[in-house]
Amino acid sequence: MSTQLKLSEVETYIGQYHILQGVSFEVREGEVTVLLGRNGAGKTTTLRTIMGLNPPSKGEVIYKGEVIQGLPTYTVAQKGIGYVPEDQGIFSGLTVEENMKVAMKNNDDATKERLDWILELFPDLKKFWKKQGGLLSGGQKQMLSIARAYINENDLLLIDEPSKGLAPIVVEKVMETILQMKEKTTIVLVEQNFMMASTIGDKFYIIDDGKTVSEGSMNLLKEDEEMRRKYLGIA
Amino acid sequence: MNNRMNILYVITAVFLLVLPFVYESRTLLILLTQVFIFAIFAMSYDILLGYTGIVSFGHAMFFGIGAYTIGVFMKQFEPTIPYFLLAVLVTIVLTAIVSFVLGLLTLRLKSHFYAMLTLAFSGLFLVLAEKWRTVTYGNDGFTFRIPDLFKDRTDFYLICLVTMIVVFAILRRFTSSPLGRVLQAIRENEQRTESLGYSILHYKVIASVISGVMAGLAGLLYSMSLRFVNTSVFTMDITLDALLMTIIGGVGTLVGAIIGAGLIEFAHHWLTELAKVHWIFERWIIFFGIIYILAVMFFPMGIVGTLKKIKLNRTKKEEKKAEEKIAS
Repeated sequence: MSTQLKLSEVETYIGQYHILQGVSFEVREGEVTVLLGRNGAGKTTTLRTIMGLNPPSKGEVIYKGEVIQGLPTYTVAQKGIGYVPEDQGIFSGLTVEENMKVAMKNNDDATKERLDWILELFPDLKKFWKKQGGLLSGGQKQMLSIARAYINENDLLLIDEPSKGLAPIVVEKVMETILQMKEKTTIVLVEQNFMMASTIGDKFYIIDDGKTVSEGSMNLLKEDEEMRRKYLGIA
Repeated sequence: MNNRMNILYVITAVFLLVLPFVYESRTLLILLTQVFIFAIFAMSYDILLGYTGIVSFGHAMFFGIGAYTIGVFMKQFEPTIPYFLLAVLVTIVLTAIVSFVLGLLTLRLKSHFYAMLTLAFSGLFLVLAEKWRTVTYGNDGFTFRIPDLFKDRTDFYLICLVTMIVVFAILRRFTSSPLGRVLQAIRENEQRTESLGYSILHYKVIASVISGVMAGLAGLLYSMSLRFVNTSVFTMDITLDALLMTIIGGVGTLVGAIIGAGLIEFAHHWLTELAKVHWIFERWIIFFGIIYILAVMFFPMGIVGTLKKIKLNRTKKEEKKAEEKIAS
């Protein structure tokens, strides 16, 4: 499996705050790479840095062999990187249909097929097709956010805490969906819910105080109770 | 719902088309002509504020460019239809160029910086109109003749009405097109729209050009209606009128801009008339200030926005009732 995304010693400032102080990791094609760490460790900033929303001051971000740091966000997105932000980023004044149509880069048969597949996966979106995005429940918004990132044939999806604030039953549904998406695309997942992360993930990286401090296969982390306690605060 | 609204639009348009033939009132005709012209101007502002989330304090510059272009053409050349059409073309080209260059230079900035810069650029045009006396005749302005086709008040009323309807139809189609949807997405969340692969600046400049051209056409009709133009077309008051009309009518609705233009123009007229009753009404601008404060406090979504909200709440209640019925 080839390396799709590589971050080398990436440092990012937000205003005067030095948030990322040396994040390095590799994402291999077809895998789900999970970024773990405590609140405020720099996981969300890492995804935003990849997207160009918070450009790095040092280090390199390489996607499919091409340096992408410093590129505007829309160019990064056009290269085939989909992003599901932590706050879902739903356009609340637009209907579900309009939200999906804004996200569609093409209107070809392949996209229509993907849309059919998505609507089968998320029947609620079909049900509320003409409803304003702002009137959906938290779970439905999350599904719309994921669906929007998945409607195009993106080679890499960055998903930020998809389970945040959702009821357990909805978390299960989101987890099932990501598992199905895993078969078709490479995913970088930021997740606090360890059960979900360990079920979906193939590989993990732990970010602590803006630095990558540990990495390995997810199976390894499942067995290493001490590491989980040290960096994630869970037994 | 959409069909019902379309029928309402058609009925209103037919009523306004027939009105001058069944009700003879020169004052009303002139007043309604002003409403149509300012409705075009307010709709152009709604594209910026309501659909793209851009606050401009310099929208009067496009209005003024249109007003002066027709004035200068009609004054310097013969007031004939070919020169009128040439003036329309020059207005479109000038406003498009100015809005394009201005947009490219300033729309990268955060909204409040953009607002202040547009105010500064508008001020530049005002100074230019004041100082370039050989063409603009300075603050005093100048009168000019217009082609015979527009001389009759009823004909001019009908031309302005049809122009407003055409502009409304074009902008409505534009806002519901894929491009219009992207603009609305930008208004809601710029970063998220950019993450979907859209160049924000590119789309904002498109909105700025369309809005600028429409405002220029409104300015052109405005000075034609007066057959006079002076530097007042570049002042902040003109921009504030557009802002007030859009906010009172309801931002992001287009039809709200038309309603807002109607309300403000009629209120302006009535308050001026009331000056005969009491001197306090001579200071009508105070009442406009009060209307503006009350509108922002109690109807922040404007008339159309508030009506939409009421309808939405009613639908929600009905849905809830239906769900409870099914559950029981």
